[in-house]
Amino acid sequence: MTSFFLELSYLLGSITFVVGLKKLSHPETARKGNLLAAAGMGLAILATILFHEHDGERIGNIGWIVAAMGIGTFIGWTMAMKVKMTGMPQMVSFFNGMGGACAAIISIVEYHSHPEGAAGYFVVVFLGLIIGSISFSGSMVAYGKLDEKIKDFSAKWLTVFNLILLAVIIGILVVAVNSPATFGPSVLWILLAISLLYGVLFVMPIGGADMPVVISLLNSLTGMAAAFGGFLYDNQIMLTGGILVGSAGTILTVLMCKAMNRSLLNVIIGSFGGSAGGTSAAKDDQTVKEINLTDAAILCSYASKVCIVPGYGLAVAQAQHICHDLEKQLEAKGVDVYYAIHPVAGRMPGHMNVLLAEADVPYPKLIEMEDANGMMNSTDVAIIVGANDVVNPSAENDPSSPIYGMPVIQVWEAKNIIVMKRSMRSGYAGIENPLFFHAKTKMLFGDAKDTLQKLVGEVKMT
Amino acid sequence: MDALASFFLENQDMIYIVILSIFLGIEVISHVPAILHTPLMSGANAIHGVVIIGAIIVMGHAKNDDYLALSLGFLAVVLGTLNVVGGFVVTNRMLEMFNKKK
Repeated sequence: MTSFFLELSYLLGSITFVVGLKKLSHPETARKGNLLAAAGMGLAILATILFHEHDGERIGNIGWIVAAMGIGTFIGWTMAMKVKMTGMPQMVSFFNGMGGACAAIISIVEYHSHPEGAAGYFVVVFLGLIIGSISFSGSMVAYGKLDEKIKDFSAKWLTVFNLILLAVIIGILVVAVNSPATFGPSVLWILLAISLLYGVLFVMPIGGADMPVVISLLNSLTGMAAAFGGFLYDNQIMLTGGILVGSAGTILTVLMCKAMNRSLLNVIIGSFGGSAGGTSAAKDDQTVKEINLTDAAILCSYASKVCIVPGYGLAVAQAQHICHDLEKQLEAKGVDVYYAIHPVAGRMPGHMNVLLAEADVPYPKLIEMEDANGMMNSTDVAIIVGANDVVNPSAENDPSSPIYGMPVIQVWEAKNIIVMKRSMRSGYAGIENPLFFHAKTKMLFGDAKDTLQKLVGEVKMT
Repeated sequence: MDALASFFLENQDMIYIVILSIFLGIEVISHVPAILHTPLMSGANAIHGVVIIGAIIVMGHAKNDDYLALSLGFLAVVLGTLNVVGGFVVTNRMLEMFNKKK
């Protein structure tokens, strides 16, 4: 009877995952979907502790398990509650890494306790270990890079070296599965070490603009690692949950690549980074025009249509509320204001949507890139708040640019452009932006929050 | 080849689940608006925390004198819980902001 309860709970849990994911993809039901999936997870965990049997033995060490879960809950809850909205992408990457590590450890312990088995068993154990470890170390590097603790590092040889490393991993896997005696038990540690190294080196050269894609990819990898755990224990909920996330994550990754008009392979191998192209030297003699706050306020107040293009700078400065204030002030003066949202603005897809939603900006004001581009030539002023690469005209007209081919928001179609920026530094992807030298562009230097605040004040007075 | 064939035959049900789940995952996700990409990724991240069940099984069936299995199992449960709890809480916090506007 106990196994009936266990399997029933797993079935219910699996259903909550599917329904939860489905609900998560609609704005009105998203929160319920998340809570539903969480409830399903809770049920599955509880059922495992109460009813799981292996060779007639029930789950032991319950005290330790509960203690470990207590520690995990405390740390996870505190971290998740404390993190600022700007730190969300790192946080997701961090938790993802924890899941990967968990999957890798399961494989280690399983191999340690049962070093014998059929080929299928070895495939599952080793793949769980390899994928889990790559996901762990990769996520940690992604976390460090987004948190600006780790710098980009990229070199031509690294791409080649990574491919060799991947070939070595596959080679060892094939040999270890076919003739387990070749390496002996140490194969586990060899695979662990190489996989961890590969995870680090694989994420290391990937530049800022591509980070969202990588996090999504690592997310789906952890899903697969969890699914291998499901194979290992004939455990349906781990299998369905893991595979669901694996496939959904892969699709999400592909959608993001599409948004940037690049292939996944191109993201992984051809990385952004450093100063790109020889065009930067030519820019030195071009002048940048500045605008003062009063003029900027007048320009916006007497416009009939204003477009705000937010980027990561908005998130860093926590300027979303002030941005909403500006929008309200302008609307009060009869100006039509909308936000143009690039799908990969910020450090995660939808990053800007989350931020602006936090500031109570109504949905209909958030216009997706294609529609925004259609509205741009009827727009009087485009205000760019901390965005850079997503408004770079090089993506359309400079084939030597590393972001050539990526769809961007065509702000230069608007009648006037105001760029709010801390300095002339290039964006996260490290690419020169000719937009700043554009005839229509006027620069408004300073911290986004500070500048916006002053601008709101000026707008009130005009 | 024999090993592969027998693996396939023994695990046919599982393989069916895998294939169908792949299509299900694709189907469920493919109509998501860009606005929900981040919360969705975060929610999916929490769901793969289901790996914690494996950790509980490892820990629960570890022999009392097998300290490697016990300590690693303990660590795995901690990390898995982090993934689950952190993932769902972060997702909920993001979605809270969408909701309060109504």
